[in-house]
Amino acid sequence: MTRTWMGALVVALGLTGCAGATIDNASSSGTGAAGSSGARSAACGTVNLAVNPWVGYEADAAVYAYVAKTKLGCTVVKKNLKEEVSWQGFSTGEVDLILENWGHTDLVKKYITDQKVAVDLGQTGNKGVIGWYVPPWLAKEHPDLLDWKNLNTYADKFTTSESGGKGQLLDGDPSYVTNDAALVKNLNLKFKVVYAGSEAALIQAFRQAETQKTWLLGYFYEPQWLFNELTLAHVKLPAYTEGCDADAVKVACDYPPYDLNKIGSARFTNSGTPAAALAKKFEWTNDDQNAVSRSITVDKLSDDAAAKKWVDANPDKVKAWLS
Amino acid sequence: MTTATLVDRERALRRPGRPLLAAAVLAGWVILAVVLAGRDTLALGPSDLTWLHLRLNDLNDAVGTARGHDALAIRLIDGVRVGVDALVHGLQTLIAEPPAGRPVPIIGWLGVVALATYLTGALGNLKVAGLTACGLTFLGLQGLWTESMDTLALTLSAVVLSLAVGLPIGVAAGVNDRFQRLVTPLLDIAQTMPTFVYLAPLTLFFLIGPASAAIVTMVYATPPVIRLTAHGIRAVPAVTVEAATSLGTTGRQRLRTVLLPMARGTVVLGVNQTIMAALSMATITALIDAPGLGRAVLFSLERQDVGSSCNQGLAIVVLAVVLDRATTAAAARGRGGRRPHRAARIRLTALLGGAFVTLWLVQLSRTYLWAARFPARSTVGGVDVHLGVGDDIARATDAATRWMSLHAARATGELKDGVTAFLVDPLQSLLAGSPWWATGAALVALAALAAGAHAAVTAAVGLGLVIGTGLWADAMTTLASTVVATIAVMVLGLAFGVWMGRSDRVDRVVRPLLDAGQTMPAFVYLVPFLALFAASRFTAIIAAVVFAAPVAVKIVADGIRNVPSQTVEAARACGSGTWQLIVKVQLPMARPALTLALNQGLIYVLSMVVVGGLVGAGALGYDVVAGFSQGFLYGKGLAAGAAIVLLGVLLDRVSQAAARSRTSIASGRDRGPSGRTRPSFALGRYRPQRPLGPVRPDQEEVPT
Repeated sequence: MTRTWMGALVVALGLTGCAGATIDNASSSGTGAAGSSGARSAACGTVNLAVNPWVGYEADAAVYAYVAKTKLGCTVVKKNLKEEVSWQGFSTGEVDLILENWGHTDLVKKYITDQKVAVDLGQTGNKGVIGWYVPPWLAKEHPDLLDWKNLNTYADKFTTSESGGKGQLLDGDPSYVTNDAALVKNLNLKFKVVYAGSEAALIQAFRQAETQKTWLLGYFYEPQWLFNELTLAHVKLPAYTEGCDADAVKVACDYPPYDLNKIGSARFTNSGTPAAALAKKFEWTNDDQNAVSRSITVDKLSDDAAAKKWVDANPDKVKAWLS
Repeated sequence: MTTATLVDRERALRRPGRPLLAAAVLAGWVILAVVLAGRDTLALGPSDLTWLHLRLNDLNDAVGTARGHDALAIRLIDGVRVGVDALVHGLQTLIAEPPAGRPVPIIGWLGVVALATYLTGALGNLKVAGLTACGLTFLGLQGLWTESMDTLALTLSAVVLSLAVGLPIGVAAGVNDRFQRLVTPLLDIAQTMPTFVYLAPLTLFFLIGPASAAIVTMVYATPPVIRLTAHGIRAVPAVTVEAATSLGTTGRQRLRTVLLPMARGTVVLGVNQTIMAALSMATITALIDAPGLGRAVLFSLERQDVGSSCNQGLAIVVLAVVLDRATTAAAARGRGGRRPHRAARIRLTALLGGAFVTLWLVQLSRTYLWAARFPARSTVGGVDVHLGVGDDIARATDAATRWMSLHAARATGELKDGVTAFLVDPLQSLLAGSPWWATGAALVALAALAAGAHAAVTAAVGLGLVIGTGLWADAMTTLASTVVATIAVMVLGLAFGVWMGRSDRVDRVVRPLLDAGQTMPAFVYLVPFLALFAASRFTAIIAAVVFAAPVAVKIVADGIRNVPSQTVEAARACGSGTWQLIVKVQLPMARPALTLALNQGLIYVLSMVVVGGLVGAGALGYDVVAGFSQGFLYGKGLAAGAAIVLLGVLLDRVSQAAARSRTSIASGRDRGPSGRTRPSFALGRYRPQRPLGPVRPDQEEVPT
């Protein structure tokens, strides 16, 4: 009885099985494609590309990887890592390339100056801005807030359950260096720095402040994909001058502008691979990056599709990288 | 527990003195806190470092440099790395990633579903087999088949290694008291030290890749199986062991024929907990490039795509529930007796037939594309059917989140402000705002009153070490939030635990929600919480409650259910109403379970400290996160990790001693029937009778 039933099942399964593409068909066409790209990638080899966890970087990595794969026939292995671990990868030989580096003077000293395992590959063309921001509605209703001198006037509007009676200055991710505690003290502001602890918490705070029309002063940075959705307004601090932030305790000026740069491992840079040449020439603007970030976050395109869209729209820039 | 001992205990608790003294200590502390507020608080700025932190930085650098110099160590480490890499990679190509020269993994989705269903059916029961088939198919429908299989491959490899290491250690700790004492503190550290502290240094040795991911997972996942194996062996009745000895068995024979078979159920529960712990590391290992669902969750968080991250988090919950129920069913079967001959024959036939069908399906999944790759759509009788629920889940979640953050945020904000002003702030001023010597003396005195002189010494040493970490003020701030969260956990634990313990139907409905609370990666629900409660200590407390309350609920429910039904009947016959029955009979008789629930609730809350640091709690959690992100803060992060471990060990030992001293008032002595000391649950996530569900670690990371 059981056996008859099972036999019927087997027959049924067999019939269903007959309909449909077999893996041999699929794999033969698959190997064909792999074979042709394999021949080309022999010249370029493999690039181990660190991908740090923010969307702007992902946009850089998407476009670089797309161009390296399609135009140079390289094999690009993306490794999703935090910054510290990425730099560490230079010394263990597991990371070849970082595409968007924000300063990190201590890591530069350790891996470029001391260990000599990494090399500065020049600027990405992206200008990094770090500073204090308010949500758009607030900037519109109280434009005087955009000057730090007027912050104290409104300090009591910024109080929260966390700020102990003073105004709240919301700091975010500990990955970025902040002088905020010293700034508040040296500028005699009636504010207290509250550590949100993550970018997710900061972004959510700005979004809520905008929709609920609540008061918020927070540490933020550009380029960042959130600006596609909310144009946060930058609060001016005393202007940055060379060396005004030399003493971390006494600092009383704005953050320096960051020229974001690329870092390659010494081995990769000196190997003569076209992938390294591409990395050196890779350069674009904040608008370019924001366009790709937008495709990734708003249009929800895959990395490759977002990169293809930008590359197809900007053939001249890509051509300059490959020349 | 007999009525006589209950009466004894009542009398002992009413003994004047202790409560009065405790009140006096509290009053003195509050007065000092008010008079000397803000003095001698040992506060340390966020970027300030102590001598110890700098030395730890140096140590980290020195270890990094030394890596390249010791040839033997390198060869050893490389050997381990290559071996582990091969294991993970092998499993991946089997079910998740295509091997070279093949467009799809060796076994396709249909084969994996068939194999898993067959195995759970054969080792567990048919119901669980059905659950497995549905659960795994659901992963495919979510559009997350490959990611889920990557996570499964990594989790299973880590589990195999954890068991290979953990089972022998557990057996040794079970039969040897000295070894047990040696191992317990190490297990405490492995379970409470935040992973962020050792994640980066580990990749220096085992490099970026599957090996590091598997080893990080092992550190966190091995302790449960060690503890439960040791506990299972120790729980074998002394009479049985003596009988075996009197028959002239040797130590080894005794272990093989008596101890291990009788401890089997507990050991399997240990295996189960190890699987849950391993699975819960998915989002953390994603930070060092481990593939799978954890990485998908992190990507969604970078984009603040709550809908997708909810879909992906749900896949982790589904995997956890399937693995949990499957191992639990296997454990229950292990306890069952022999079947009658006829039933055994039917079963054998079914097993053979099932094996045949399974092999057939596996072969199909190796041959045909539709059985290899989970199809996104299919044509059934000429009609094109869309096979996917992932987008629908994401859309529904997005809509719900948007509605909440628009309409509920004001009310929830006021709730946050109220609780913070009336509960969190006063407690924090008392703990962190008074002079360190006042807080320290008060805590030691309270420990002495609640648990005796021995516990007071433990508390004094522990608090002294916390001062040594240089992070006293941060530790006390964290302690304040921890206390508030634990109170909330116990309130929920009692309310839902009693409800569930009294009704099986409620249990069936609520339990899956508890499992979800324990296994859903915290950041999936934290983003909506941030919209409701802003970046604040309150958000951190809520996150801790979501994670810790399920454990407390499960333990309390278990305790209530285990109150003998005769006792309940007797009370009812005497005319007790429902409320009287709960308060006068069921809760007092479930007291050991309540103590355990408090203990575990506390430890689970502490394990969320780092997550709290990511959503505005500051203090120790933030110190750990910052140490992971900034090289010059590494030492401070390590010290903060140590402070969390110290708080955990301290609270655990003191609350256990307090529970013991109460029990000993009632029962007169604190020794098991064998004369051995009662097994210490320490920080181990011990399950009393039925599975408490998955454990999940403390930390999660948000992309920067």
